[in-house]
This record gives sequence, C-alpha cells and structure tokens, in this order.
Amino acid sequence: MEAAIRCRDVHKRYTQRKRDPVHALRGLDLEVHAGECFGLLGPNGAGKTTAVEILEGLLAPTSGEVEVLGQAWGRGHRALRERLGISLQETRLADKLTALETVELFRSFHHEGRDPAEVLHTVGLSEKRNAWVEHLSGGQRQRLAVGCALVGNPDLLFLDEPTTGLDPQARRGVWDIIRDQRSRGCTIVLTTHYMDEAERLCDRVAVVDLGKVISLGTPKELIDALGGGHVIEFTLENNGADNGFDPDAVARLTGVRAMHPEGAGFALTVEEPHVTLPALLRLLDGSSLALAYLTTRHASLEDVFVSLTGRHLTDEE
Amino acid sequence: MKNSPLAQLLLFRVRIFYREPSAVFWTYGFPILLTVALGIAFRNRPPERIAVAVEEGEAADTIAGVLTRPDYKDTFSVAVIPPEECAERLRIGRAAVVVTARSTEGTFTYQYDPTRPESLHAQLRVDNALQRAAGRTDPVTVEVQEVTRPGSRYIDFLLPGLLGMNLMGSGLWGVGFVAVDLRVRKLLKRFTATPMRRSHFLWSMVGARMLFTLPEMVVILLAGALLFDVPVLGNYLSIFVVVAAGGACFAGLGLLVASRAQRIETVSGLMNLVMLPMWLLSGIFFSTENFPDLVQPLILALPLTHLNNALRTVILEGAPLASQWLPMLVLLAIGGVSFHLAVRLFRWS
Repeated sequence: MEAAIRCRDVHKRYTQRKRDPVHALRGLDLEVHAGECFGLLGPNGAGKTTAVEILEGLLAPTSGEVEVLGQAWGRGHRALRERLGISLQETRLADKLTALETVELFRSFHHEGRDPAEVLHTVGLSEKRNAWVEHLSGGQRQRLAVGCALVGNPDLLFLDEPTTGLDPQARRGVWDIIRDQRSRGCTIVLTTHYMDEAERLCDRVAVVDLGKVISLGTPKELIDALGGGHVIEFTLENNGADNGFDPDAVARLTGVRAMHPEGAGFALTVEEPHVTLPALLRLLDGSSLALAYLTTRHASLEDVFVSLTGRHLTDEE
Repeated sequence: MKNSPLAQLLLFRVRIFYREPSAVFWTYGFPILLTVALGIAFRNRPPERIAVAVEEGEAADTIAGVLTRPDYKDTFSVAVIPPEECAERLRIGRAAVVVTARSTEGTFTYQYDPTRPESLHAQLRVDNALQRAAGRTDPVTVEVQEVTRPGSRYIDFLLPGLLGMNLMGSGLWGVGFVAVDLRVRKLLKRFTATPMRRSHFLWSMVGARMLFTLPEMVVILLAGALLFDVPVLGNYLSIFVVVAAGGACFAGLGLLVASRAQRIETVSGLMNLVMLPMWLLSGIFFSTENFPDLVQPLILALPLTHLNNALRTVILEGAPLASQWLPMLVLLAIGGVSFHLAVRLFRWS
C-alpha cells in the first residue's frame, strides 16, 4: 500500500531557558498508509502533539527523516499544504466572525477546495452559519475547526485531540465527521488520549509513550496481544488485608494471562471469563476473604497501555 | 473577491474591528471626547483684570479713584489694604502690583516682581493710567485693533495634534494588539498551517489600518469644525494623503512592536514605551519649539513630530502637499523599515 506519511528515527529536543532540555521525541518511526485512519494514542505529555506538528511541517525535527505525501518539508511546502487539512489543539477562532465567514476565510487560502456552505453542512453547522463563533458551544466550535480543515478538500487530514473537553454527544458528532471523511478516501491522522475514540475510529493505532512508539497495530491486534480479550476486576473487603490473601494464587488460576493492581483491587486479563471466574470464586470461598466488588468487561486499549507501561492513559506524568 | 486571500484577510480584520465596540470607541469616540474636553478647558476667556493693591494712606483714595474709573472697569481690580497685607498679596500672586503714594504731591512707588510678566505688565498699565490722569498727553494718536480669529486659537493648534496622536495610538494598538491577540489564540499558527502566504496576512493588517484612518480624519476634523469652528484651509485630499502616510508609518511600527511578544501585557508595555516620548515631545499639546535645543534632534527623530507638523501646515495654513515631501518621506521611511524588520522578526506561534 502507498504510504501517506513516513518518518524514521525522528528526535525532537526543546531547549528551554534556565531549564533542562526536554527530549520530547526519542526516535519516532511511523508509516501511515493512504486512506486509513491512523491514531496516535498516548497519555498527556507522551509527545503526540510534537509528533503531529513535525508531520504538519510546523515544527522542525532535531533529527530524523519525515516524508508527507511523498514530499519532505522545505521548498515547495505551499503546494504540499494545499493537500493537507489541519486542526490544531486549542486554536481559538475569532470570536466575532460568523461560522460561514470563518470557513470562507480558510477557503480563500486554498486554490481549490469545497464550497464553504457545503462544508458547514458536512459538519452539521448549517443552521449556525450566521452565528458568531463566540455564541457557539464547545462542540460546535470544534466541528467548525474541523470544517476549516476540510474546506481545502485535503488528501490528508490531521486532527490533534479533536474531542478533548467535549461532552459525549459532542464527541459523537465529531466522530461522525471523521468517519464521513474516511469514507471519502481521505487519510486521517488523529491524536487522542481516549482509548474508546481510537478503538472506534482508527484502522491502526500507534501507542506512544515517552516520545516513542511502543506498540503498533489494529485495535484488535493490540488487544489480542494481551493474550486475552476480557478483563476481570475485583476488590476485596478491607482490601484483603490481614486475611492471608495470596495474589500469586490468583495469578495461577486457569486462563489468567496477566494480573496487575487496579485501584484498591486487581485486574486480571483472561481468555475465557466463564472458566476463570468460577475458579476465582472457589478460591475465595475456601478462604475468609469476601468480595467488595467484581466486574468483567472486554479488554480495551487502556488495558494495552497499562500492560505496556504499568500506567493509565489518564495518569498525570 | 470571495476567493482572494488578501481580500478575505482584509475583510477579516475589518470585521473583527467594527464588531468590537471598545475598539471602535477608542479609535473614533475617544478622540471626540478628548477634543471636547480640551476645547472647553482651553477656550478663549476675556482677559483677566489686573489685581492692584493700594496701600492705605492719605493718597490711597486718589489712586483708587483713578483706577476704578468706568474706563478701567475691565482693566483693574483694586483693593485698598494695609501695607503688610499688600506685601503678602504680592508675594503669593494675588496682587500683580502694589502702589503707594508717598505724599499728596504725587510721588508714586510701585512694588512689583520683574520676573513675572503679568507683574511687569501691571506696573506699566497702572503707571500709564495714573500719568494720564495727572495730565500727560500722548504726542501720537494710535488706533488699537483686537484680533482673535479662528485659526490662531489654542484649539486650532490642538486639533491637528490630536489627529496625529490618534493616528499613532490607534495605529499601534490596532495592529500590535490584534497581532498579539491572534498569536495568543494560536490563530496565527493555524493560518501558517494553511497555504496562506504570510506576507498576505501582514499586508492585510497594514492595509486595514490605512482604511480605518479615513473615518478617523473625518470624525476629528468634523468635531473640530462643528464644535469649535476650527477652519480647514487645506485640500482634503492632501490632508488624507498625509493622514494615510501617518497611518502606514504607525501600522508598520505597530507590527514591529508586536513581532515577538507572546503576551498582551508585554505588547501593551512595549507600545506605551514607544508612544511615551511622542506624547511628550512631538508637539501634540504645545509647540516643540519650547524645548531646549539639546532635545531638538530627538524630537526630530520621532515620527509623530513630522506627522503633526505636516498636518498643521496642511490643515491650518492650506499648504500644498508637495511642500510636505520631507515629513512624508520620513514617515514612509520609518514605516517601511519597521515593516521590513517586522516581516523578518515576526513570530507566528
């Protein structure tokens, strides 16, 4: 398959006044295929935004090779920009411009592109076309920002944290736009720290941590690599303290692929809950331990991240 | 038009200006208020009467009698008071001159402060009145005309200065503040992520600013004409050319001041720093000739000085535009160099 993006061993060091330099990217390798929706998943501070801004040509890497749509950043970058649609994290569009005026402004920067009114329809803002940006809700503003990225009719769309801070309904609105764009054959790169977003939208996901890709594949591949598609979470009364609870006994139960602490209790990655769960209950029955909480669920990318790093996506650095 | 990036950027700047009431007020409303306030504060009053203190004594009544004749009712205000109080009034300035008569035979003593012009003037006027009353005749007949016409009053001097000051303030704020605001919003960075030419953005900032100068000029000249009868002797097109040159100069400076700042507070401080010397030295409120020679080269280095001079010459004297080539050249040079530097230094994120 043709590659929309290729980058090899990209490093980025920020030198800051009076502070230690930050090594934001430590050898990033990526290959994004044409026509796919590619997710960069990682916690805050993992280097996702730095990576995307280097791909977008807004930041220069300290070292490494970057090729976007077969071109390196440098001379002729305006022709390349004609083919890109970009939505940055935290852009505040002008408050006193209407939605339509905003899209028209961005349309004028491109030689060829879509009709602004039609783009507003695509992002579900037709009724708000004459409303000032300051009167739009957070979700509407975010859809407008995506609309500004779509108006040049891009071959490659970058969305940096497109749903951060939005309520669930507004998030689904943005997801619909992304799916629609994907079905038009546009390549999409999005960053997120929401695992459900990556699972639902992305064909392939690169899990990024500390400036590196630590795992890459389809969401299903990544979850399967855990060794089990299900998770059992349980917590004991008094956290099992002083009652001779032996975690190793649990880890040895049939079908348990991995075990790690989860909140006050534990999470078990298992292949078949209907086999492991009765075994767990029998083990506890034979002791003086009582369950305070028990649940089972499908494994998610969150579990992938936890098993890779021992931390949660939402943990602060 | 719809797909021209330059036109759209210009439209963008114009829209975010006129939809922001405070921006419109500071550009167009504030100068009118300032004109009205200063015009009232410095309106022409009838000349004040000269305060004369006469020491109590035998001849006091004679002196007071002369100075309070109906002819002099607008000229002198006379108080007959004890010597100590006369001295006190002269000291604190409540009397401009003290008159004492030594005897009825007519020897007058004047006490006055020669370092105070009004005191010197009072002594001469009182002396004149007393000498004439005593029978002096003037050998030559003179005729006196009093002249106070629109065009030579303080408000006439002030108005072009206010126009210049406003062009400076709204030029720096209108370009500098907006550029930094867009940078803080990361909208500039977002623009650079599109195929937009960066020069188009910078030119649109300057171009929009030049558009805004026309209503500024109309509003201020109209306020002067309607409220204070300030005459405009120059050709309006010439005035606008000077105004536009001023607008371009300060738009360039504004862009330069805003080229690196990443916070509104920083750019505000920088702009005040740039404007302060011009507020003080560029002859907005009083003539620059009052400053010592030592400061004159500095005054001539300030663009507002040249703008104010050109505006006064064209508006109040009706001088042709061609005569103002030098100040115009200075304005355009300062604006051009600033713009050029700003383009090189401009920070987009």
